[in-house]
Amino acid sequence: MKRDHTPRGAAARKIAATVAGAGATVLTASFVIFAGLAAAPGDPVSQLLGAKATDEARANMRRRLGLDDPLLERYRHWLTEALHGDFGISLTSRQEVTDLVGPRLATTFLLVGMAALLVVVVGIGLGVVGGLSRRGRAVVSALVGLGIAVPGFVAANALIGVFAVDLGWFPTYGSGHGLLDRVWHLTLPAVALSIGYGAYVSQLTAAAVAEESEKEYVMTARGRGVPAGVVLRHHTLRNAAVPVLTASGLAVAGLVAGTVVVEQMFAVDGVGALLIRSISSKDHPVVTAVSLIIVVAFVVVTTLIDLLQVALDPRERATS
Amino acid sequence: MTPAPLFRIQDLHVRLRHRGGERTLVREVSLSVRSGQSVGLVGESGSGKSVSIKAAMRLLPRGTRAEGRIAFDGGDVLTLGRRELARYRSREVALIHQDPRAHINPTRTVGAFLTEGVVHTGQMNRAEATERACALMADVGITDAARRLHQYPHQLSGGLLQRVMIVAALLPSPRLIFADEPTTALDVTVQSDVMAILLEQIRERQVSMLFVTHDLDLAAAVTDRLAVMYAGSIVETGPSAEISARPLHPYTAGLLQCRPSTAEVKRLTAIPGRPVAAHEAGTGCSFAPRCPFAVERCRAERPHDRSIEGRTVACHRVEEIADRLEERAS
Ligand SMILES: Nc1ncnc2c1ncn2[C@@H]1O[C@H](COP(=O)(O)OP(=O)(O)O)[C@@H](O)[C@H]1O
Ligand SMILES: [Mg+2]
Repeated sequence: MKRDHTPRGAAARKIAATVAGAGATVLTASFVIFAGLAAAPGDPVSQLLGAKATDEARANMRRRLGLDDPLLERYRHWLTEALHGDFGISLTSRQEVTDLVGPRLATTFLLVGMAALLVVVVGIGLGVVGGLSRRGRAVVSALVGLGIAVPGFVAANALIGVFAVDLGWFPTYGSGHGLLDRVWHLTLPAVALSIGYGAYVSQLTAAAVAEESEKEYVMTARGRGVPAGVVLRHHTLRNAAVPVLTASGLAVAGLVAGTVVVEQMFAVDGVGALLIRSISSKDHPVVTAVSLIIVVAFVVVTTLIDLLQVALDPRERATS
Repeated sequence: MTPAPLFRIQDLHVRLRHRGGERTLVREVSLSVRSGQSVGLVGESGSGKSVSIKAAMRLLPRGTRAEGRIAFDGGDVLTLGRRELARYRSREVALIHQDPRAHINPTRTVGAFLTEGVVHTGQMNRAEATERACALMADVGITDAARRLHQYPHQLSGGLLQRVMIVAALLPSPRLIFADEPTTALDVTVQSDVMAILLEQIRERQVSMLFVTHDLDLAAAVTDRLAVMYAGSIVETGPSAEISARPLHPYTAGLLQCRPSTAEVKRLTAIPGRPVAAHEAGTGCSFAPRCPFAVERCRAERPHDRSIEGRTVACHRVEEIADRLEERAS
């Protein structure tokens, strides 16, 4: 096959490689999760049947769950089913894993989405202000320092104490019903979830904007009489967007992992809380499915960042 | 009476806030460029050439302060309001930077770079600007202009990119071009081509030019007048041909001796010692520590500009040493 050496060809190859790499990552991760759980100490059978079960009952159960087959065989079986959208049955609740995960996924998705919006809008917004003016920088670095230094659970408790208990503006726990009610229930958790990463994104944005505004090409544009607003959009922010988007993407990926803790603290019934419950009850089919969802979310976000970088930086497009 | 020059710097001082105090970058600089004239500003690296140009464009970095008077066509550049400043920068003057790679945004196309100046200052619409840019690109020897417009800076060689910068400078038809070491950052093999193209355009369009370089011979060859700068001050000004034939300031003479001679084999005698920055200069003549003719007075007292043989020279001993300088230079 003849290689296409135009920039567009290089970009297309790069995109194809990025997407293929993402697929490979998910596949590898699925095996690692599967094998890791199989090797983990503790036995789902004792969890299911209790410590007093007879050896015979245990053996029966092992056979029914297919736990005696070789690992690779079990993985292949699980993968085939999973690719058809069937993640098996929960060992504890006897429900389809997909039925268990589906509604909780919507809750978690909303929570992470709200937190991501806060990280991106407030984090980047504060960062731009901080990067552009001296006084702004002082205010922003104070806020950022606070956001990074205060541990998430302390912030969460403070938020609950002030806005839920004292002021009564928000509920203290639960996930709500209907979109608006859910948004209302998830506001405090989303704020708690976004603080650390929001601070990180602000800080990085401020640094990137400050650095960009000192660049020679910014001076070139100013020296040609180009209005300040245009210089800001076409040069400073345009070029700061590359590192800022990378950081935001990593932050959003981090939110996916962070939601596990926050759901627990605010008693939000999402996949994070489900994961923790399932781990302690050794409900392997659920743990595998939820872990995989987290991995997929992570990989999707990081792949999007890679693709955005290709779109934003022409030099990225050229190197293949 | 001769008409007032198009561009004139008088008694320019540039100071930088530094550790609670102030540090002088440029001291008492005066020079002028008449309409249609090319003037060379020459000096070693760090002498304050770029800072002077930035002051003239009002592009000094934060923490610096320019004092004195910079006049363009009678108007006072240092006190221009926002709109007049935009007008001055976008239509009257243009700046060709030393390193095109750093001074052109790598994430935007060549076409976007070329047209942004005239489009965003309301001089042309995009279509007109693009058309004119293509014509100018052909003039400066860029083939395939239409395709280049869609390329990114990293896809062009340094020489080509500097031609793009020249086109950008010419696009609004400015009256004065500041060229700050326009070929220094380029590969030696393309330096003379780019220089020739710049000169051709300047002459054809009768644009005035303030040409900044560390290369006295090059400056003498392409300009009408020279101003030689050392440690933030101008030490000698005069007609280019006369200065290069008969330097009157020991520093100018030293610069001329540093060059490899064309006709005969001459030893290269670099000026001993290292150049000092304006803020490092003591109370006396800032060149005194490196000057073979320095006497007690030179170290104690800063020399004033003296008019001699139609030139301005800042040297206490200019009359005494003129003949000896000539001897050394030949
Ligand atoms: N942004 C800046 N901050 C501090 N010092 C500077 C800055 N720009 C230039 N200088 C100093 O001013 C002096 C003159 O610099 P410059 O005008 O760039 O020299 P050149 O003649 O090589 O163009 C040098 O000593 C340099 O270190
Ligand atoms: Mg310079």
